[in-house]
Amino acid sequence: MADLEAPQSKSRDLDKLLLRAGNLVGPDFYPGTEVKALISQLSIVSSSFSDFVIRLLSLRVLVVGAGGLGCELLKDLALSGFRNLDVIDMDRIEVTNLNRQFLFRLEDVGKPKAEIAAKRVMERVSGVEIVPHFSRIEDKELEFYNNFNIIALGLDSIEARRYINGVACGFLEYDEDDTPRRETIKPMVDGGTEGFKGHARVIVPGVTPCFECTIWLFPPQVKFPLCTLAETPRNAAHCIEYAHLIKWHEVHGGKSFDPDEPEHMKWVYDEAVKRAELFGIPGVTYSLTQGVVKNIIPAIASTNAIISAACALETLKIVSGCSKTLANYLTYNGGEGLHTKVTEFVRDKDCLVCGPGILIELDTSVTLQKFIDMLEEHPKLLLSKASVKHGKDSLYMQAPPVLEEMHRPNLSKSLYDLMGRVQKDTVHVFGTALKNEEKQSSLTKLRVVFKGADGVADMDTAIGA
Amino acid sequence: MSEPKTKYDRQLRIWGELGQAALEEASICLLNCGPTGSEALKNLVLGGVGSITIVDGSKVEIGDLGNNFMVDETSVGQSKAKSACAFLQELNDAVKAKFIEENPDTLIITNPSFFSQFTLVIATQLVEDSMVKLDRICREANVKLVFVRSYGLAGFVRVSVKEHTIIDSKPDHFLDDLRLNNPWPELKSFVETIDLNVSDPAAHKHIPYVVILVKMADEWTRSHNGNLPSTREEKKEFKDLVKSKMISMDEDNYKEAIEAAFKVFAPRGISSEIQQISNDSCSEPSSNSSDFWVMVAALKEFVSNEGDGEAPLEGSIPDMTSTTEHYINLQKIYQAKAEADFLVIEERVKNILKKIGRDSSSISKPIIKSFCKNARKLKVCRYRMVEDEFTNPSVTEIQKCLADEDYSGAMGFYILLRAVDRFTANYNKFPGQFDGGMDEDISRLKTTALSLLTDLGCNGSVLPDDLINEMCRFGASELHVVAAFIGGIASQEVIKLVTKQFVPMLGTYIFNGIDHKSQLLAL
Ligand SMILES: [Zn+2]
Repeated sequence: MADLEAPQSKSRDLDKLLLRAGNLVGPDFYPGTEVKALISQLSIVSSSFSDFVIRLLSLRVLVVGAGGLGCELLKDLALSGFRNLDVIDMDRIEVTNLNRQFLFRLEDVGKPKAEIAAKRVMERVSGVEIVPHFSRIEDKELEFYNNFNIIALGLDSIEARRYINGVACGFLEYDEDDTPRRETIKPMVDGGTEGFKGHARVIVPGVTPCFECTIWLFPPQVKFPLCTLAETPRNAAHCIEYAHLIKWHEVHGGKSFDPDEPEHMKWVYDEAVKRAELFGIPGVTYSLTQGVVKNIIPAIASTNAIISAACALETLKIVSGCSKTLANYLTYNGGEGLHTKVTEFVRDKDCLVCGPGILIELDTSVTLQKFIDMLEEHPKLLLSKASVKHGKDSLYMQAPPVLEEMHRPNLSKSLYDLMGRVQKDTVHVFGTALKNEEKQSSLTKLRVVFKGADGVADMDTAIGA
Repeated sequence: MSEPKTKYDRQLRIWGELGQAALEEASICLLNCGPTGSEALKNLVLGGVGSITIVDGSKVEIGDLGNNFMVDETSVGQSKAKSACAFLQELNDAVKAKFIEENPDTLIITNPSFFSQFTLVIATQLVEDSMVKLDRICREANVKLVFVRSYGLAGFVRVSVKEHTIIDSKPDHFLDDLRLNNPWPELKSFVETIDLNVSDPAAHKHIPYVVILVKMADEWTRSHNGNLPSTREEKKEFKDLVKSKMISMDEDNYKEAIEAAFKVFAPRGISSEIQQISNDSCSEPSSNSSDFWVMVAALKEFVSNEGDGEAPLEGSIPDMTSTTEHYINLQKIYQAKAEADFLVIEERVKNILKKIGRDSSSISKPIIKSFCKNARKLKVCRYRMVEDEFTNPSVTEIQKCLADEDYSGAMGFYILLRAVDRFTANYNKFPGQFDGGMDEDISRLKTTALSLLTDLGCNGSVLPDDLINEMCRFGASELHVVAAFIGGIASQEVIKLVTKQFVPMLGTYIFNGIDHKSQLLAL
């Protein structure tokens, strides 16, 4: 009845925000059907489209992770007008996911998360296209990530966040005066939860701090000293880690421990119980053993829903400008009352990942081998076993062996030639860096400038287009 | 592990078997299953709440497909409650799910006794008039109530319960209960068996810091007329004294002792918050006292008698550098004292129960034990009736917030969320609900908001025009992401209220989706 009078649109509620002008909105907000079109990627061709809209007409969003946050993000984005989503996750569904990863059912256990999550959301929300990628994030070409206008992160590991952050920041280019070039900015929204707590943040590389700029927000995990485990265990966790880290190797030699192998876990549990009995220590349970060995982070549906919703809302704002953007870090704590707080962190201007990059001046004659050797000695890098990438092209790769062999001949060539004889450009180096006396994988950006190459005299005007 | 237990593993690590059992016994009623209600309920169904009952009289419209995950194209024209119920049931077959196709506003008027069957009611998207009526009904029936509303980029969550008492409040940071400033005889005599001047360096660096600090505190008080360090200089001097006992720089136990030295300086006795709870009028036991207040009465007696000013000992100690033997002995001493304190409290609880005419064993041992363990962390939350808040809110709070940059957006939304209901009562639509006539709606909403402020006693307060414009732009829309955020918060509050763990929010939470300067307002 009511439908006859005023035909309803599926975007009845969203239209209010996207089609109406507002005062508290982003600087790029052009309310109207075109904003809606760009989000949903409807092929409306209109000469009235602003540059902004045209730039974003091919809008695609990548959701990284199809777990607690990822499932929510896919649903939230699909119900916020987004039509083209991709999701990447290497995991398969487990029973312990079911208390919060609402797109999965008991019969899905063992199937790839990305595939089931994409299927379930598409079944429910018509018109949305979700492409699943059952893959490790590291196994995708860097160019894969360049296909997306914005990346939403639903991850539970710092390492994975660092990786995606490095990739997204890797696309960033700077002008001569060190201002980021707008079209190369790949914004990210990132969420994380633990129990009743969580955070949501917006990362606009080159504009707001990247993950690496504020890495101190994630202090390293406290590990037990080996001598405590071996000599003076005092609690159940010490007994478990003894069984897991010391006893396993003593007994099984080279066979590596697999936390997803129930028999391995049972063995560690039994050994931990024996050790606890020996020292009179209470509290070793199977559940605790799993918690300690797998470093299980407790997780509930509500916190994931809250944090994902905040991330999806910010994604909508970034692409449409329909309201102000979170500046730039939201913390949520629902354990003791309810506290939400916004903190505006500042960029680290010298950040190796999102900054303009480390300037390296080279002679045109320097070979790739020489260049790789230099990286190891460079005080800001201390990067060993480096692989080198120039744009899409790998110049050298340390692994796998097949590719190493393929690229080996490059080592004796000059970097200048390999980079197409340009006077200056960005290269990415990936290797093992020494940070805080610990070896870590590191992806770093370098701005290479060749001394004495053509165009040096007018480098301020000639380069950067 | 059996499947149901495994399924809940990640949450059992948070609220344990007891919390889970409470959830599984709870029956939850949801009023209105738009996205806000559906999302709130989704999180509870996943967690394994006992039963849900959805009350909604509307049919699924095309527009609902764009904001609600618990409907789909095949459900258009059908009961929204039915569709949401079916899709929610899919998430967890252990939950008993049913629906009632009826308008909640009508049900509140025609069948108030309907609500008394539930543990808790989640009331979403109700206008002020229905909120006030439902609040009275639930107070009367002793049913917990959580109000939720999302409105454009704004919204609120408000808990309404007469009294919510918490034993296991699980605070984030809480000083451990070591009694370094007030050691009991058994701890003292254990400390005396350990020689700080032991010559074996391995033994020296494995003396637990508890032992070091008790010894040093004793040494200090002997030379300071029985007083512990209190001034800044004395505290520094004390730390230096501890440091002077190190025989090598790699002694972690001494480093821990210096870091934990503040525990020696901490004031003795119970905190002002626990003091306040003991002085509450409810701590005079009577035949209708709840278990919680009976135990508080016992605690009060304990503190002024056996406890010598202190609450019962918690009984656990943090990990610290130590030999296994010292550590385990220390653990046993703390546990023994906790057990002794528990027995005293238990006896007192029994006597009180007898006195008020109840079965002396009607409060179980594990509950008394948990009470003793958490005696320093007890919480009592009381909530105003919404009617009281609506007619007589704290004027100073409103004015203070409107003048504070961080709070003005949230307080502005609080006023406007109420103003839109007045607007609706007058004009039969929400401001900006339909396209066209926006300018008129804006000026009408402004007039309505200002008259509301005047009625509340905030003459002269103004709201920014931008915020009023935004409110009209929102046009009563229910955005999925806002609904998911606010519904998520509501479900989290429900979990805290049902499990009686953690601490629910006190006040009205206003969501500000523009810049996320959301605030908890104490009105
Ligand atoms: Zn950075």
